Amino acid sequence: MAIFGGRRRNDNPNLPPGQHLTESFPVLSAGPTPSISADDWEFSIRTEGGDIHRWSWQELLALPAEDVTVDIHCVTSWSKLGTGWRGVSLDTLFADVDTGLDYVMAHSYGGYTTNLPLEEVLEGRAWIAYEYDGEPLDPEHGGPARLLVPHLYFWKSAKWVRGLVMQDDDYPGFWEENGYHLHGDPWREERYA
Amino acid sequence: MRRPPVGWFTGSLVRATSLTDSARSLTFSVPGWPGNLAGQHVDLRLTASDGYQATRSYSIASVGPDTDVELAVERLPDGEVSPFLVDDLEVGDSVELRGPLGGWFVWRPEHPEPVQLIAGGSGVVPLLAMTRAHTDARSTVPMQLLYSLRTPEDALYRDELQQRSSTTPTTWHYTRTVPPGWTRAAGRLTPDDLRSATLPPERGPLTFVCGPTGFVETVARGLIDLGHQPDSIRTERFGGI
Amino acid sequence: MQHLDGNVLAGPASELFPSEPTTTRGQCLSCSDIATLAQAMVYGAPMGYVVRCRGCDGVLVVITEHDGQTTVNMHSLRLLSEL
Ligand SMILES: Cc1cc2nc3c(=O)[nH]c(=O)nc-3n(C[C@H](O)[C@H](O)[C@H](O)COP(=O)(O)OP(=O)(O)OC[C@H]3O[C@@H](n4cnc5c(N)ncnc54)[C@H](O)[C@@H]3O)c2cc1C
Ligand SMILES: [Zn+2]
Repeated sequence: MAIFGGRRRNDNPNLPPGQHLTESFPVLSAGPTPSISADDWEFSIRTEGGDIHRWSWQELLALPAEDVTVDIHCVTSWSKLGTGWRGVSLDTLFADVDTGLDYVMAHSYGGYTTNLPLEEVLEGRAWIAYEYDGEPLDPEHGGPARLLVPHLYFWKSAKWVRGLVMQDDDYPGFWEENGYHLHGDPWREERYA
Repeated sequence: MRRPPVGWFTGSLVRATSLTDSARSLTFSVPGWPGNLAGQHVDLRLTASDGYQATRSYSIASVGPDTDVELAVERLPDGEVSPFLVDDLEVGDSVELRGPLGGWFVWRPEHPEPVQLIAGGSGVVPLLAMTRAHTDARSTVPMQLLYSLRTPEDALYRDELQQRSSTTPTTWHYTRTVPPGWTRAAGRLTPDDLRSATLPPERGPLTFVCGPTGFVETVARGLIDLGHQPDSIRTERFGGI
Repeated sequence: MQHLDGNVLAGPASELFPSEPTTTRGQCLSCSDIATLAQAMVYGAPMGYVVRCRGCDGVLVVITEHDGQTTVNMHSLRLLSEL
């Protein structure tokens, strides 16, 4: 009798529970890939007072960039270890942002949203990434730029990110509204609400 | 359409034959199976010993009231389910099957329109079922197939399709390698290929297109450019990377 | 994975629709397009099925399955009668 194992082997201590390693980079999108030219691209942070901080593509590239190597974990159970990215830390982008609110909603070109606690995207835990593996980020992986929040399941790392809007509570984003966990910590297997 | 009974059944593998190096025909005996129409599919579910489950959709190659259900599966190199079905599953093993599923991507012998079938790769499976239904019903409605493949070795059910060539003729198209003596060079399906190898809009055909998503979308756009009404084109996307 | 179309919903939606799901017609509330569910575009698998209008890409309905439970979230779809 043939025994079905599935792709679920977890003998690596760097893998959160229920995850398996992949060498490829599977693509999962909630919608079609938007095409945004660098000229039209803009990123913004909006606070409760209505203040909007904006960056054009050139302005983003002019900010200090960081090279980071991180593990990423998709809720559909694949993980990829040691992925290399280049981008701007959200600490840099939030440097002049004045807010009393504790949560952010990330918005993407194409309409996708995902919610995050502000403190989890600060202190070197999140980036606006525009290079993957030394190359400009592929549109199907979120290019020109995506949010990168590697300590949470990868649906939180919004592709084609367009802006962050401060919010007074942890209101759900797209997948969170459809049964996925508000927080999404892979080490605690926070997959579903 | 009357709602067909849909449920999970246990199917045990009674016959398996390899169709190509990478594809296999799998026939399951499914007690209680209500029979199926041409073009319908099943959801096939596998359960690992730790309870983990994986479900994928597969078109049904067989048609009619029989409780034997034939699928044809192509192996995707990094796939989770298809390599198991093509390489590992043994006669006597069981899987769970939900079906019969679908009512839109279905051909019924009552359809009066001439039928153009267009397949890319394993997308031929539901279309093969339509040619089988056409034969079983001794239908006189014109039906023909355009089958696009990478290489001659990738053809599924070549002998069967060739045997049926007097009633449901097949035009073969190769994108990478052609057989010796073939007059057309290997290449993508062009608008000219579509025009010359499919029923024209003037004949009011019902056209079924099935295969990898990119193939289906290119062909559907090409058909609309040729003047076909969008609602006369029925598509089924298998996905793809 | 590339997107699929509404044919793939025949199984997951079978318990939620009173009739055969893929021949069920619906109208997109954003652009008014009327189509069968089979003709819609389906993104997001295997996290869920994000069903989008073939005309305007607007989200019509989102279907997620886990623990044997299927959840349907209607966004911008009016269900019409069957074909
Ligand atoms: C309505 C319908 C009918 C179909 N009918 C047929 C049919 O008749 N015959 C047929 O052969 N197919 C058919 N398909 C396609 C079939 O359902 C499967 O998609 C196909 O067999 C691949 O499944 P898989 O589990 O092998 O691959 P998956 O595991 O789903 O992976 C697909 C590809 O994506 C990549 N990938 C995805 N997830 C991961 C991951 N976690 N880790 C690493 N890589 C990943 C892999 O590189 C792989 O090549 C049909 C599809 C639909 C929607
Ligand atoms: Zn619409």
